[in-house]
Amino acid sequence: MDFREFLKNNNVILDGATGTELQKAGLQVGELPERWNITHSDVLINLHKAYYDAGANVVSANTFGANILRYNEEELDAVVKAAIDNVKKARDLSTGKQDKFVAVDIGPTGKLLEPYGDLKFEDAVEVFAKTVRLVEKYGADLIFIQTMNDAYETKSAVLAVKENSSLPVFVTNAYNEDSKLMTGATPYSMACMLEGLGVDGIGANCSFGPKDLEDVIEKLLEVSSLPVIFMPNAGMPKSVDGKTVYDVTAKDFASSVARMVSKGVRVAGGCCGTTPKYIELLSALIKDKPVSKVTYKGLTHISSNSKEVRFGSRPLIIGERINPTGKKRFKQALIENDIGYILQEGISQSECGADILDVNVGIPDINETEVLPNTVTRLQEIVDLPLQIDTSNKDAMEKALRIYNGKALINSVNGKKESMEAVFPLAKKYGGAIIALTLDENGIPQTPEGRLEIALKILSEAEKYGIKKEDLIFDTLCMTMSVDPDAGTKTVNALKLIKEKTGCNTSLGISNVSFGLPDRESINAAFLSMALDSGLNAAIMNPFSKPVMEVMCSYNSENGTQEDIEKYQGFIKNIINRTIESNTNGVVAKTLSDAIIRGLKDEAKVKTEELLKTKSALDIINNEVIPALDEVGKGYENKTIYLPQLLLSAEAAKQAFNVIKDSSTVQNSSVKCTFVIATVFGDIHDIGKNIVKLLLENYGFNVIDLGKDVPPKAIVDEVVKTHAPLCGLSALMTTTVPAMEDTIKLLREQAPWCKVVVGGAVLTEEYARKIGADKYAKDAMETVRYSEEIFSKLGK
Amino acid sequence: MNEIFKVEYTDIPVNYKEIARYAGAKTLDDGLKALIDKCLEEADNAKALKFSICYALEDIKVEEDGVDFGVFKFQSAGLARVLAYSCKALIFASTMGVGIDKLIRRYSAIEPSKALIFQAIGTERIESFLDYFEEQYKKENGVELANRFSPGFGDLSLSYQKEVFVLLKPEKNIGVTLNDSLLMSPSKSVTGIIGIGKKNGNKGCADCSSKNCEFRG
Repeated sequence: MDFREFLKNNNVILDGATGTELQKAGLQVGELPERWNITHSDVLINLHKAYYDAGANVVSANTFGANILRYNEEELDAVVKAAIDNVKKARDLSTGKQDKFVAVDIGPTGKLLEPYGDLKFEDAVEVFAKTVRLVEKYGADLIFIQTMNDAYETKSAVLAVKENSSLPVFVTNAYNEDSKLMTGATPYSMACMLEGLGVDGIGANCSFGPKDLEDVIEKLLEVSSLPVIFMPNAGMPKSVDGKTVYDVTAKDFASSVARMVSKGVRVAGGCCGTTPKYIELLSALIKDKPVSKVTYKGLTHISSNSKEVRFGSRPLIIGERINPTGKKRFKQALIENDIGYILQEGISQSECGADILDVNVGIPDINETEVLPNTVTRLQEIVDLPLQIDTSNKDAMEKALRIYNGKALINSVNGKKESMEAVFPLAKKYGGAIIALTLDENGIPQTPEGRLEIALKILSEAEKYGIKKEDLIFDTLCMTMSVDPDAGTKTVNALKLIKEKTGCNTSLGISNVSFGLPDRESINAAFLSMALDSGLNAAIMNPFSKPVMEVMCSYNSENGTQEDIEKYQGFIKNIINRTIESNTNGVVAKTLSDAIIRGLKDEAKVKTEELLKTKSALDIINNEVIPALDEVGKGYENKTIYLPQLLLSAEAAKQAFNVIKDSSTVQNSSVKCTFVIATVFGDIHDIGKNIVKLLLENYGFNVIDLGKDVPPKAIVDEVVKTHAPLCGLSALMTTTVPAMEDTIKLLREQAPWCKVVVGGAVLTEEYARKIGADKYAKDAMETVRYSEEIFSKLGK
Repeated sequence: MNEIFKVEYTDIPVNYKEIARYAGAKTLDDGLKALIDKCLEEADNAKALKFSICYALEDIKVEEDGVDFGVFKFQSAGLARVLAYSCKALIFASTMGVGIDKLIRRYSAIEPSKALIFQAIGTERIESFLDYFEEQYKKENGVELANRFSPGFGDLSLSYQKEVFVLLKPEKNIGVTLNDSLLMSPSKSVTGIIGIGKKNGNKGCADCSSKNCEFRG
């Protein structure tokens, strides 16, 4: 029987532990367990057979660690083949009468993915893909991704399965005591992402005994529209008379797991410490239990690594600030690859109460297919809100959705054939809720009925791709009232009608309504209020706009839960605090230079704004900022002030520069020369590098930051491309200094004009000379001084 | 094979002076203390101040040029000196988890001063937790412990990280992984060896070969 068919109508019994059983049979520390598939096939066949005999429907091959990081291609092929053969032989030998299936286990790579580790997402996909292709080659009934403790790695494994096999796929994760994965994902966020990716069952395995995992399982049952899988350990390991034993007996284990089956779990088995005995007792208890119906929850939700956000309960705030449209400073940041500015916009919106962040980086001067996914990755490192991927570039959208950690919101699809053909396949493959605009080849219909018609067309087309209506969120598009005074009413009426007829959630970009009109924020606020009354579920809006936020927060606190009221109070407090803070701060620092020396960021900002009214940008830089930086720099060199103070001052100076850049008088006259900076290949430490970058920027260098773990070629290519006279390399580990040496060699060949300055904990003057650097800088200030020296010699 | 134990701690008193030192400040003034407090509060709210350790107790044979653990031998005269009075040792892997790394990353791009403080907090915390672990272990088992010693210290090659990982499986037990450059992730992770028995032979900084270390006393 096909496994998916069997799963529809039956509770599924899984096998128990393999690893701990092999240790009992003599597997040594450091020995790779999968080699036993070949060298001890009799042990494996007997174990698998014992599980089938105990009543298991599914027995997993001994392939948990069978991946290309641990085996070469040839051996990997051999161990996977032998592993599958062993289970098939056991299945044929078993006397059990139940339906029997063969699964292949896929465990974690053993490496942590970026940004916390150094395994790249696509490399992880390829590691898993190599194993999956072998499963296809040798045949099995399903693939079982297990014990993953990171959502991102889980996603890479699922994609590898989906792209290389049509077999059913189960996914179980290893949760901690706090019911979260090691990297922070919750059962809700995992369920959201995995359903989006189209797996066949989700659950929890390993970690603890059955009782300690109940909370996770209950949460999964609450949100999942897929069968839930439960595979706990036999409790925790304990040492008794020198032997390792697990503290939950077979009987207790079976009854605890069976109780969760009564609550709705559909697939059950055991992990570490369980034996055929555990499965036999479990099987006896659940064999004849009624099969719970897997109910369709119909949730409209999206997720980040750790946060699941649901539509429908209260209106959500989608922050619109990460978008270059009409924002000169933002465009400039994109062109200059000033990721810090973009990230700050994300953090500020998050602090102001946004639930979701829209991400749009579409300007003609940049390569969106590169910049969009990079921006998404960087934002996900530092903000835990789900993102709305906003682009009309299909390739950029695919790349961003692929590397997105979670289930994204897609902005947008519309009723045009071309749009639906581009967006729906991506949403189906990667998961995602979609903002659907009610316009098509003929434009935006004037009447609510016309917009409804398009919505229905979009719904029926989505269904053909297997996209559920809960994943469509309709935006009835608001035109500006300066052109059509009834625009707002029309939009809201259409919204009401579509909501009523389709039951779908709705969203609106509210700022457009006031385009071309004075006092825009008040108009936006009034429009939002009207839309909320008509049942709007989400607004794409400016979380920094007080009038609009007041409407949103007061609406939520009137209609919402205690949590909403607290959020509103928090927002009000935030606004009040801000005013007070800038008032008191205004008294403290006498001058801009004083504010910088004392590291007072807010004041540096205020003082610069004041100064700009009467002085030129260049005057301010030369007479206030630079002297202050010099004083601090000298203090640092003379050891009268220390690194934290140096940084606070540098950040205050950066605030001043930001204000200057924001002002229309921005001049690039103070820019010195280009400085390419990177942490070398294999090294992921970048605090030191970022400190150097901050100081160099303050001293007027155009710093191109290539990040961490950067291959030599990428660094050299950038130096060649920009003809940079200076390049800074950082390494923290003795093991990564060779990568630094390789980079310097390549620079000498291809960019002989470039001066190379190196730094980092393990380097010394002598070491730097040995690997061919021009300069060893012991700290950030020394890098600045050296760079100024080189700059002053340029052109002479 | 020896059993692997796992312990987790939170709430061990904070040593501000150490945090300041790791952040590169020789003195702790009020401004810095306020900044550290702000960061500690944020780290606490993010539940980023949790410590996990997994360890195994192994029989050892101390030789002149290294220490034999049965399954493998560590070549290192320095380690042999530190373990001179021990016939058993704890091998451990410990971590602060990804929480503190998340904060470091978050601020690294937008506010390096805070990133610096968070990374100093991470370092101070893991060392303080390890000290606490040792104190508890001594009390519970009625033993003395030699100074802890990690791969990469003195003449003990960093490449022994691989053996430590084979033995302890920290990937699975506490979520610590090792990359090809022998770097651990999360970044605030420490592995090492602690001899059971009295302290010996370790002269602190004077015994270390890193002559240019900024923390050298």
